[in-house]
Amino acid sequence: MNQEIYPKLTEIITPYLPEDVDPQSIEPSSHLVNDLNINSTHLVDIVLDVEDAFDITIEDDELDKMDTVEASIALIEQKLEAR
Amino acid sequence: MQNHRVVITGLGVCAPNGVGVPAFKEAIETGKSGIRFYSELEKLKFSCQIGGMPLISEAVKSNYFTPLQLRNFNAAGILYGVAAGVEAWRDAGLEISDEQCDFDSGTIFGVGTLGVDKYRESIYKVDEGNTRRLGSTSVQQTMSSGVSAYLGGMLGLGNLVTTNSSACTTGTEAVFLAYERIKAGKAKRMLAGSTSDGGPYVWCGFDALRILPSKYNDKPAKASRPMDADASGFVPGSGAGALVLETLESAQKRGATIYAEIIGGHSNSGGQRQEGSMTAPNPIAVKRCITEAVQDAGISATEIDAINGHLTATSKDDLEIENWSEALGRSGMDFPYINSLKGMTGHCLAASGSIECVASVLQLKHQFLFPNINLERLHPAIAERVAESRIPKVKTPAKLNILAKASFGFGDVNCCLIFKKFQ
Repeated sequence: MNQEIYPKLTEIITPYLPEDVDPQSIEPSSHLVNDLNINSTHLVDIVLDVEDAFDITIEDDELDKMDTVEASIALIEQKLEAR
Repeated sequence: MQNHRVVITGLGVCAPNGVGVPAFKEAIETGKSGIRFYSELEKLKFSCQIGGMPLISEAVKSNYFTPLQLRNFNAAGILYGVAAGVEAWRDAGLEISDEQCDFDSGTIFGVGTLGVDKYRESIYKVDEGNTRRLGSTSVQQTMSSGVSAYLGGMLGLGNLVTTNSSACTTGTEAVFLAYERIKAGKAKRMLAGSTSDGGPYVWCGFDALRILPSKYNDKPAKASRPMDADASGFVPGSGAGALVLETLESAQKRGATIYAEIIGGHSNSGGQRQEGSMTAPNPIAVKRCITEAVQDAGISATEIDAINGHLTATSKDDLEIENWSEALGRSGMDFPYINSLKGMTGHCLAASGSIECVASVLQLKHQFLFPNINLERLHPAIAERVAESRIPKVKTPAKLNILAKASFGFGDVNCCLIFKKFQ
């Protein structure tokens, strides 16, 4: 697990959690919609926040790859390497 | 089918001179102006650089919205509408279930122009080719029904959830439509209200029409002068008002506080015929709207104790007085008491009707007339029709049983409501 990306990503995700989901419950395997109950319309906001935080661009057809926390980290790593 | 009696059991308001009913009630009793100078309007070379906007702190915002809802939030009209609407709902003592929707409760919450600042922000991004960076909430913040959509979700409403729009008649019309729905047995409770954004991108068109006062930029509190000989145009405002309407049975069953009863109303248009136009009322239709409302209420015109007028402080105020006088067949000392809230709040456009309905209901409940501030020299044409003592300049205790409230709007549309002290 990338120890630089992980805390930054959980910080981005936290404001989008429903009030009854504890930020402490975020795990690498957590599915953003199914486990963390994030409203799926907010995924586009998370993508924008990720783009700003890491200075990368995530294409629309790559959105599906960001279903879990670890999958999102893998995509971010890949984008950072390709930069 | 038997008609239901309709009562008002909750109030909420977000006005330029007071946010929340307690602050607003004190403001209208003391004649407090909410009109301020805005340097932004000066910078943009507006001829009228003053206006009325509610002052809402971050603390008040977080009373109604979650931090997530406030992310990228830039729709003042929704903020005002939610603050007034939720206040009214809580004031009525109604519970909000997190689990289920209430099919007996709905909302008709009107708007004129909504989400203008969010729209402007979006337009800049779109024109830069950056549509993908708009975020997920630009639709809900800019659609006309945004305010009823936010309120419907916050309150768990399961009956009709919609938005009406009829320019400056909007707020009064929302109350009228909600009244009709409850009376007909289609809902037990309706949150009725309206909201309006403020600021340069809403007020610009009126400034361009040269119907706003330009000589009061250094004395904003004096600018809005309904019925005064020196009235020189309406001061633009913004905000929201909200009322919970309910069947009498439901209110009594819950043991709710009843502020007043609505006993009738009417809504019509002058068709932009005769003297009517897009921007001017057809007096035949205005008078008909008033007489139909009186008839609908099953009262005689002589029973009306007070009128809360539309009275915007333009050159049309004397025409409105003439219409009331002819429609009711009353003049001189026999004319009902009359006042206009716009001296204090300016003309809150689509929100004016609902804010003024809240003020009207407060007057009935607490048996007083709020002062017509800035009325120094009564317009001579009005003085010819109405005895000056019927137009209070200071807060006046009064025995009020029936109050008529009307609003008129661009498009030649009219709405009149008849409120009655509950007994």
